[in-house]
Amino acid sequence: MEIVHVYTKKRSEFGRQPLFTDRAAELNVEIAPDDSLRQDFIDKNPVDMAIQYAPDVSEHEANTERFESESRGMNHTEGGWPKDINPAEVEQTIRFRKKVEKDENYINVVQRLGDKMELYLRQNNAIDIYENYFSGNTFSSIDSDPPSAKTISIFRDPEGLKRTVSHISWYPDGAHRLAAAYCSLEFQNSPHGMSLDSYIWELENPNKPEQVLKPASPLLCLEYNPKDPHLLVGGCYNGQLALFDTRKGSQSLEVTPIEISHKEPVHKIIFPSSKTGSDVFSTSTDGQVLWWDIRKLVEPVETLPLVFPGYKPDFTLGGIVVEYESTMPTKFMVGTEQGVILCCNRKAKTPQEKITNAFIGHHGPIYALQRNPFYPKHFLSIGDWTARLWSEDAKESPIMWTKYDESSLTDGCWSPTRPGVFFTSSTSGTMDVWDLVFKQSSPTLTVQVSDESLHSVRCHGGGKMVACGSRSGDLSLLELSDSLSIIQPNEKPNITAVFERETRREKILEGRRREMKLKQKQAAKGGEGGGGGGGGEGEGEGEEDLVKRAEDDFWAAIAQEQKDIEAKEKKRQEAMQPKHQPTPIPEEGGDERRESLTDTMS
Amino acid sequence: MSEVEESLKRIQSHPGVVGVVIVNQDGIPIRTTMDNATTVQYAGLLHSLAAKTKTTVRDLDPSNELMFLRIRTNKHEIMVAPDKEYLLIVIQDPCQS
Repeated sequence: MEIVHVYTKKRSEFGRQPLFTDRAAELNVEIAPDDSLRQDFIDKNPVDMAIQYAPDVSEHEANTERFESESRGMNHTEGGWPKDINPAEVEQTIRFRKKVEKDENYINVVQRLGDKMELYLRQNNAIDIYENYFSGNTFSSIDSDPPSAKTISIFRDPEGLKRTVSHISWYPDGAHRLAAAYCSLEFQNSPHGMSLDSYIWELENPNKPEQVLKPASPLLCLEYNPKDPHLLVGGCYNGQLALFDTRKGSQSLEVTPIEISHKEPVHKIIFPSSKTGSDVFSTSTDGQVLWWDIRKLVEPVETLPLVFPGYKPDFTLGGIVVEYESTMPTKFMVGTEQGVILCCNRKAKTPQEKITNAFIGHHGPIYALQRNPFYPKHFLSIGDWTARLWSEDAKESPIMWTKYDESSLTDGCWSPTRPGVFFTSSTSGTMDVWDLVFKQSSPTLTVQVSDESLHSVRCHGGGKMVACGSRSGDLSLLELSDSLSIIQPNEKPNITAVFERETRREKILEGRRREMKLKQKQAAKGGEGGGGGGGGEGEGEGEEDLVKRAEDDFWAAIAQEQKDIEAKEKKRQEAMQPKHQPTPIPEEGGDERRESLTDTMS
Repeated sequence: MSEVEESLKRIQSHPGVVGVVIVNQDGIPIRTTMDNATTVQYAGLLHSLAAKTKTTVRDLDPSNELMFLRIRTNKHEIMVAPDKEYLLIVIQDPCQS
């Protein structure tokens, strides 16, 4: 149905003022109700309707007048005198003062104020409310609480595909942020579409990273420049180094050219504290230590191949950690994949002289290497299932080491405030705190930080906070109790004594071993002289004999076992035969089993 | 001796009192027991501080009023008794007393 209503008006009447008049109602269209349409509808019963009973609220804003403030300076020379008085003229000023002093009001006021003032003067003289009792004697709470650590917050990897927190670096000024490098450490097994980003977290806000760093390849390690906390250097999985400036955004400022960078993932970067703060050391499993200057990352300043003929000739060791102590400007150390710690000299001329010494002891890669912040001669290494303490004086073996842990250790560091405390993290998700003052046989405190394996641990410079990174990308922040973070009275002499005692013990043992070797050699020489060259062969025969004896023992043990089994089998058959004589099935079964057993035996 | 002088003498007689200054509303020192340079400095600075304090107290609560201002420092205590027209400033060394 179409309804058209035509309204006409003459052209000449456009724009005239309207004249309203009354007139009778007029029907234009009438649509009668159509009952047939009703068939198409159903009554809705019951009817759902929401009603809210709450007062209507609206929001209004008003700008009040802005209060303008400004600061002004003032020079306090003599001034403020009335215009007709020259402050330089002594006579005039005295006359003015005399005039004021004669004023009735002045006399009254001064008397009133004087009384008031006297009260406070007396008060001050009666008791010194600001007196400091026991000054110069601060009592530290000694062992008041048991050592403990509590998790303050957890920073989770915001990406869907979780990555390992491979490295943590604290902001050098104050404890309010930290940088964490995220990277999948499974060899050639990072899923497609995994994010490359690493983050800087503000401790106050665990929900969102403060800044995202977007490198071209995932970062394996990330380190703040201690001299300029805006700059960070990251080591990439593809071997490049990337420089970030937090003021310039999340893209890397500069990267090293790929052809002269490391050939394998950069495992560790350190800033040796130089004057300019622009030197960087980096190491990788490709067996190189490279020096860089972050002002020009075009080429490395120097290269050191990790070849130590004293360990294995013509074999390149893969570096995993570098350690540098500013008090020993020419020396640095490298922890390698093969479990050897190399002592290097930075200033040496020839490559052979550059690596001066090696400490051998670990069975697997060394994941952490750090000199004691108080006694740089002693250092800590983490590898396989143990943490080992070394002294530079004892070159053949560590001076102390922990028991083999049930799970392998992944990282560790010294407490910066207590000389006898260090932290280790393990694949079982625990962080151990070792306090050498308290006990040396087992950790003082074991904290189950995460269900997943931990991969990195780093203590803040204040000694109170420890950050642990796990395999699934969770970064846990722990706060240590005072007993673990504040240096104890007499701790330094105690620790010195422990280190010295252990070093001496190790030296004595070393001497003894050397003596025994010498004796053996002499004995061998003596044997040669007497038996006419039979000594060497004799030794070989002895070895063969040993092997033969071991083999004989082995076979004898097997024969014995076989006999035992046969005897048992017979007994069983005898026991079974009277009951099930017609059915030979168990016998066969027994035979089969015996056969299979003898098969496995032989 | 006038009553004012008497009153000031009494104040000065208390142990530890280093100096007494009376300042008028324009910051001019009327009466002092210290040398001119120190007096001028104390008068000028404390006059403006007292004025600022007075307005602050009144801004916080219009029915309130500044009664007394004590400034405890490492070396001594500066006490300021304000009035409409004059300020009485006393510098005391409480440790000496």
